[in-house]
Amino acid sequence: MGALQSSPGQPEYIDLAEKTGFSFEQIGVLHKRFKQLSHNETTLRRDHFNEIPDLACNPIRAQIIEAFFDRRNYRQNGEGTVDEIGFEEFLVVMSHFRPPSLNMTDEQRESVRKEKLRFLFNMHDTDNDGTITLEEYRHVVEELLSRSGALGKETAKSIADAAMLEVASISMGHMEPDEFYEGITFEHFLKLLAGFEIESKMNIRFLNMDTTTLCK
Amino acid sequence: MPSRTCSHSPSGFGKSLPEQGLLLLVVLVLLEGSVLPLGAASSPDVSHQDDSHNHKVADHGVNATKKVFPVLDVDYHHIQTPFEISLWVLLASLMKLGFHLIPRLSSIVPESCLLIVVGLLVGGLIKLAGEQVPPVLDSRLFFLCLLPPIILDAGYFLPIRPFMENVGTILMFAVVGTVWNAFFVGGLLYAVCQIQPANPSSLHSIELLHCLLFGSIISAVDPVAVLAVFEEIHINELLHILVFGESLLNDAVTVVLYHLFVEYAGVGTVTVMDGFLGVISFLVVALGGVLVGAIYGILAAFTSRFTSHTRVIEPLFVFVYSYMAYLSAEMFHLSGIMALIACGAVMRPYVEANISHKSHTTIKYFLKMWSSVSETLIFIFLGVATVDGPHSWNWTFVTVTVILCLVARVIGVVGLTYIINKFRIVKLTTKDQFIVAYGGLRGAIAFSLGFLLDQNQFAHRKMFLTAIITVIFFTVFVQGMTIKPLVELLAVKKKQEAKRSINEEIHTQFLDHLLTGIEDICGHYGHHHWKDKLNRFNKKYVKKCLIAGERSKEPQLIAFYHKMEMKQAIELVESGGGVKLPSAVPSTVSMQNIQPKKPPPAKAAERALPQLPKGREEEIRKILRSNLQRTRQRLRSYNRHTLVADPYEDGFSDLLIKKQKMIELEKKIKEMNNYLTVPAAPPDSPTMCRARLASGRDTDFKPAQQQKGNKICPDPQAYSMKPVSDSVPVIQVDLASPQSPDSVNVMDEFRRANQEEDQGLMMKPPQGSSGSNKPGEADTTRDQQRLMRCLSDPGPSADEDEDEPFLP
Repeated sequence: MGALQSSPGQPEYIDLAEKTGFSFEQIGVLHKRFKQLSHNETTLRRDHFNEIPDLACNPIRAQIIEAFFDRRNYRQNGEGTVDEIGFEEFLVVMSHFRPPSLNMTDEQRESVRKEKLRFLFNMHDTDNDGTITLEEYRHVVEELLSRSGALGKETAKSIADAAMLEVASISMGHMEPDEFYEGITFEHFLKLLAGFEIESKMNIRFLNMDTTTLCK
Repeated sequence: MPSRTCSHSPSGFGKSLPEQGLLLLVVLVLLEGSVLPLGAASSPDVSHQDDSHNHKVADHGVNATKKVFPVLDVDYHHIQTPFEISLWVLLASLMKLGFHLIPRLSSIVPESCLLIVVGLLVGGLIKLAGEQVPPVLDSRLFFLCLLPPIILDAGYFLPIRPFMENVGTILMFAVVGTVWNAFFVGGLLYAVCQIQPANPSSLHSIELLHCLLFGSIISAVDPVAVLAVFEEIHINELLHILVFGESLLNDAVTVVLYHLFVEYAGVGTVTVMDGFLGVISFLVVALGGVLVGAIYGILAAFTSRFTSHTRVIEPLFVFVYSYMAYLSAEMFHLSGIMALIACGAVMRPYVEANISHKSHTTIKYFLKMWSSVSETLIFIFLGVATVDGPHSWNWTFVTVTVILCLVARVIGVVGLTYIINKFRIVKLTTKDQFIVAYGGLRGAIAFSLGFLLDQNQFAHRKMFLTAIITVIFFTVFVQGMTIKPLVELLAVKKKQEAKRSINEEIHTQFLDHLLTGIEDICGHYGHHHWKDKLNRFNKKYVKKCLIAGERSKEPQLIAFYHKMEMKQAIELVESGGGVKLPSAVPSTVSMQNIQPKKPPPAKAAERALPQLPKGREEEIRKILRSNLQRTRQRLRSYNRHTLVADPYEDGFSDLLIKKQKMIELEKKIKEMNNYLTVPAAPPDSPTMCRARLASGRDTDFKPAQQQKGNKICPDPQAYSMKPVSDSVPVIQVDLASPQSPDSVNVMDEFRRANQEEDQGLMMKPPQGSSGSNKPGEADTTRDQQRLMRCLSDPGPSADEDEDEPFLP
């Protein structure tokens, strides 16, 4: 293993390609990147991610890294987190960001949408209970504003409150004064971002060229 | 141009009296315009003679034949130019009014067509009157006066995010598409003109370069026409920005090609070297234009940083800097349009952070007004110039031109889309391609460029002009009129009217960071990565430089949130509270529903409820106060002129309704508190300084709920009021009742309100000590000043497009 493993043969790639939808070239490139990040080991750990310099100034770095180790994103209906991931899990998580292909039926497009929104939902719902509570949402907004110093804390709370109120209004419509809105479920989340066109937005361009030498 | 629904005219063709009056007015204006120049011909002699006579009388004082002193004199020449200009502008504006009075017409025929028809009529009238049609579409007038407002309006309000996301596609269409069009049309025209060797016609004398020049003039998609037509069909954002962006950016190509061919048409040959120089020239023109615009934009932004004491002339800086950018670019033969776009787009985020709300509104409405008038004038002049213009009709040339333009456009769009789709994530479908191809309208720019041609150098100038006008008419009339039904027929996605919600904004930001992170992990430095780098650069260096005071550090999410809540507050006040809370979804959900339940606490201190900064509460009261202030002032003046307060006068019932509304308004404001929870801006913000200048009247009132309380302590922040001293009986309404000179202590209000209100929403009273008084009051001041910024102006109508932040 390790340095001896040059590139997995085509059969493994075929399997991965089928599972994730990437092309062979893209899988090859990503595999190279995986090895670069993991220093040629077979698994990635959180500290490997922490070493990426560009990621350091990203306000939601922690959540992004967590997403890779979240078993809910492996499409196997698992739960909980792991401490290290192999190339297959890496690729599966990456495949959430593939752009939808041109000729897609409406159902396919809908399922792609749901999948991407599920990914986002999992990122917000850190305690894995199926709902995004007010605390979790506040945490999201705080992270987003984490670079703005003291101003952020107070405002983050208010913004999160206002956002939560909006979700509740959209999803529940009418509530008695003593009812309590538990949190955003996945259905509410879908409803909330219905007009967001996430299938067009949540994509990155996976190149067929090898750019690992250019980036750190 | 938003179409206004006509509220008072009945459906069908019956015209009511105001409309007839308007038509009469229009006719009179037209007659006046055409008749006066006739009268002017005779009067100057008289007036001159009078002048000289009077002169003589004055100088010599001798008994020269003393003319009767001209009590009334007509001196038309003195004011001729401004008068005629004003007359044209008036005509254009009246036409715009008139169209919307005719109910069905404006929905079938786009405004641009109607305006051209009006221009034709006016031109015809003038010709019938025997007068010489004024050369209205003079190229200098067009390029220096009529075009810049439209382009500035487009550039200032350009939605940056969709533009930048599609900039590659737009550039492809603009550059490659226009070049392809020019060469295709020019080349094939030449070929067509050369055929029929048996029958030598005048067409044979056209040279290739002249044809190519003609092709380059006719191939550019015109922003004015596109704007005019696309405004009314409301297609989705992507298509709109594609066609519109293309029409703006192809100016650089047009400029280069035009100058290139004009230069070399005289010589007769073009070498490869010249072609190479042309390419270099294109880069210089395009990038130079953008650079010039960006420089002026930064200057404008920097200037606006210091305008906190002279708010009145803030809009002037925006306009003047932009115009100078345009003129400077034109001076160097760079692309003036691109300079204007760059200037507007660059300066906007910084200027908007610096200027007052009123200035923002001023800029918006001035730009819209000027661009609207300009556009109307352009189309009318197009009609007039058609009547006047030297024509030389040649069936072959004109029809071939029209056909070739269409064919070239279609082939260009299809071919380019094929290439572009390889690089796009969201591909362009066939429907999209069709709309892009069909939306390639030609307009007045082509005509003006043709007009600029030198008659001596280009023998076929008249024919060119005729052909250009025909193509313009064809695209504007045929394509312009049919695009709307076609959009409906093809079920093209329309513009989404949904308001931007705070959740979408949060997720947009979140997604940006997420995608940047994933790109970094992948090692692909895609455009998210670079956008993020640019954002960080902007935040770190540029904003500090160009934005005054504390707002330079305001993160974009918070800025968005501010805007939203200001809008809500304004809407709420304007609706008078009688209308339901202007939220997207009416619901009875309030803050308490989402708060985590805690065991019922005895003291308010233990409630885990959102603490409203005290300042917020005061803000709300100020909203109520100033709104009612207006009421009361009306009341006062009303009373001063009427000796007896007659309860059966009209005003009385209004007052009762207003009072009712105010009570409801307060309730709504309480519900609204969940939005108004952002802490106030720090003391040195522009809002404070501005508000100090704007701070106004000294009146006071107590909201209805406070009537019950009787604990009144002096509060230095609240307005103090002048006691009513006149003996005129005043209509006594609770809200307007004269107050004792004392005013209300904010803290005590809260405590009382807490006890009285039984709604779920609570306000936590501050912890008693006087030490906390100070920061609270300072808070209050800040909030109150900040609110003055928005309340002094009713604000623009909700127009989401402008809320796009720069580099989101």
